[in-house]
Amino acid sequence: MAEDLLAPAGSIASPGRGLSQIAWARFRRHRMAVFGIAVLVAVAGSALAAPWITPYSPITLDADHSLAPPSPQHPLGTDDLGRDEFARVIYGGRVSLLVGFTAMALGTGIGVVLGSAAGYLGGWVDTLVMRFVDLMLSFPAIFLLLILLNWTGGRAPVLMMIAYLGVFGWTGLARIVRAEYLVLREREFVEEARAMGAGSRRIIFRHVLPNAMAPILVQAAFAVAGAILAEAALDFLGFGLPPEIPTWGNLLTQAEDYITTNPVLAVAPGVVITLTVVAVFFIGDALRDAFDVRSR
Amino acid sequence: MGRYAAQRAAQAAVLLLLVSLVGYAMMSLAPGGPLAVYLHNPQVTPDRIDLLRQQLGLDRPWYLRYAGWLWGLLGGHWGYSYYTGRPVLSMIGERLPATVVLMLSAFALAIVLAFPLGILAATHKYSWGDNLLSFGSFFVWAMPTFWFGLMLQMTLAVRWRLFPVAGIHEIGNGSALDLLRHLAMPAVVLGVGSVASWSRYLRSSLLEALGQDYVRTAQAKGLPRARVLNHHVLRNSLIPVITIMGLDLHVLFSGAVITESIFGWPGMGRLFLSALNNRDYPLQMAGLMISGALLIGGNLLADLAYAALDPRVRYR
Repeated sequence: MAEDLLAPAGSIASPGRGLSQIAWARFRRHRMAVFGIAVLVAVAGSALAAPWITPYSPITLDADHSLAPPSPQHPLGTDDLGRDEFARVIYGGRVSLLVGFTAMALGTGIGVVLGSAAGYLGGWVDTLVMRFVDLMLSFPAIFLLLILLNWTGGRAPVLMMIAYLGVFGWTGLARIVRAEYLVLREREFVEEARAMGAGSRRIIFRHVLPNAMAPILVQAAFAVAGAILAEAALDFLGFGLPPEIPTWGNLLTQAEDYITTNPVLAVAPGVVITLTVVAVFFIGDALRDAFDVRSR
Repeated sequence: MGRYAAQRAAQAAVLLLLVSLVGYAMMSLAPGGPLAVYLHNPQVTPDRIDLLRQQLGLDRPWYLRYAGWLWGLLGGHWGYSYYTGRPVLSMIGERLPATVVLMLSAFALAIVLAFPLGILAATHKYSWGDNLLSFGSFFVWAMPTFWFGLMLQMTLAVRWRLFPVAGIHEIGNGSALDLLRHLAMPAVVLGVGSVASWSRYLRSSLLEALGQDYVRTAQAKGLPRARVLNHHVLRNSLIPVITIMGLDLHVLFSGAVITESIFGWPGMGRLFLSALNNRDYPLQMAGLMISGALLIGGNLLADLAYAALDPRVRYR
């Protein structure tokens, strides 16, 4: 007993039951979130392992077998240029997931850096960053994005698409992170770190950031979903990735003319997008619950 | 209140001005430009391109053109389309009614569905209906809008022939019934996202109100359930939902751009999309200004509604 009382705070909180363990226990209770992880692993896994799953290339043309109906050789049939639709769907996952996750990472990076600087440093940094966020939120993002796409000839190469989506996707997170830092910077452990001589950068990233991870994770999950949907929508409007790149959005757009003759071409990519995004939503929702993040 | 409203309106006007400036700069500084299509056309000589450049005023620096454009806008002249040579305002005027009809029907549909669904979900919390609704909302948000439209076309229009696939009227048939038949699918596609989000907002806001002390008091003094719901709960829960409706105005507008492309709806959205493709600057700016005005104006309306409806909100 006495040992417990005298021990440093770290070991009283019983080892093995940290926030992440408690959160995981709560997370597992959400059956839909576990289903979401399963879907995401399946989609991402088949995208990564695509060459071992299908013998077909997503881009090789085969004019003799265009618009073939589903068959044992081509589970989802072939498109108007004879390309195997199943191969295009799973290879398409590579691009769509890559864009979704990296755009989220970029947006989250910007949002965390600017939001934490604003929240921790306060003063003119705070004013500057928050006015900038207000300004960004006053821009009709989609229209401005479409205008911006003229910079790359109306279409975006993959890297530019990631940059565009990331640059437009950090404002909400910056506000949330700032609010989190405003509260956390008043806590004792921050004061202690400051008394020990830690600099602002060290306090922001090493001391406060781990304590602010929960809302960041939740927001990041929804950002992935948003980026995947936005990229697909841009593809459909003709402002997305070049049409020769197989993405889920491009597959859908190219299937539009064949909904009467080959409906599976339009159904399959849409089902995959919806399932993937729903999976990400369920995960985000369960994370919010597990970490007990108030929806703001 | 009047002073607060005037202050907020002035702020909104400044923001809109900033949006137009940044938008104009981004648009004009992008490489290429409206005349780039002619550069590789052997039938258009360099002299002819220079002449066109002068006629369109593209030889002047962008800030001077911006000043000219802004001055015109303040006087009610939105310029002439580079592509058709017609006044932008009359081109928009022709397309405006179709978009307004589409947006209004989606808005009305969303209100008609979201309110009962939200109220039922809150009064029957965690019932199978409530769970189904939150499950359904996630699916609605996860579906790409254009895919949902495509699926409706495939099933309701092509397979079962319940609705026309696209367009706004049969040729030679101007009846209201015909319009409604053409409107049904686009309005559902555009409105379904708002049904999902508004009913969710209403649910959580109702649940918050239901937990308040004054509701328990009202129940304790024996008021009928319906009266408690209508007078004590619903009124207080409406404020955040109305705010969301204001904020969603521009979401409906950008959704309309996609919906119009799926269903061949002759509205403004498609006009602006082709303007973006053609680098038709005056028309692009008109689109930017309209969607900017809906966004900033929607925020303004939401703030003012909040201040007017909620006596706890003090305006400075």
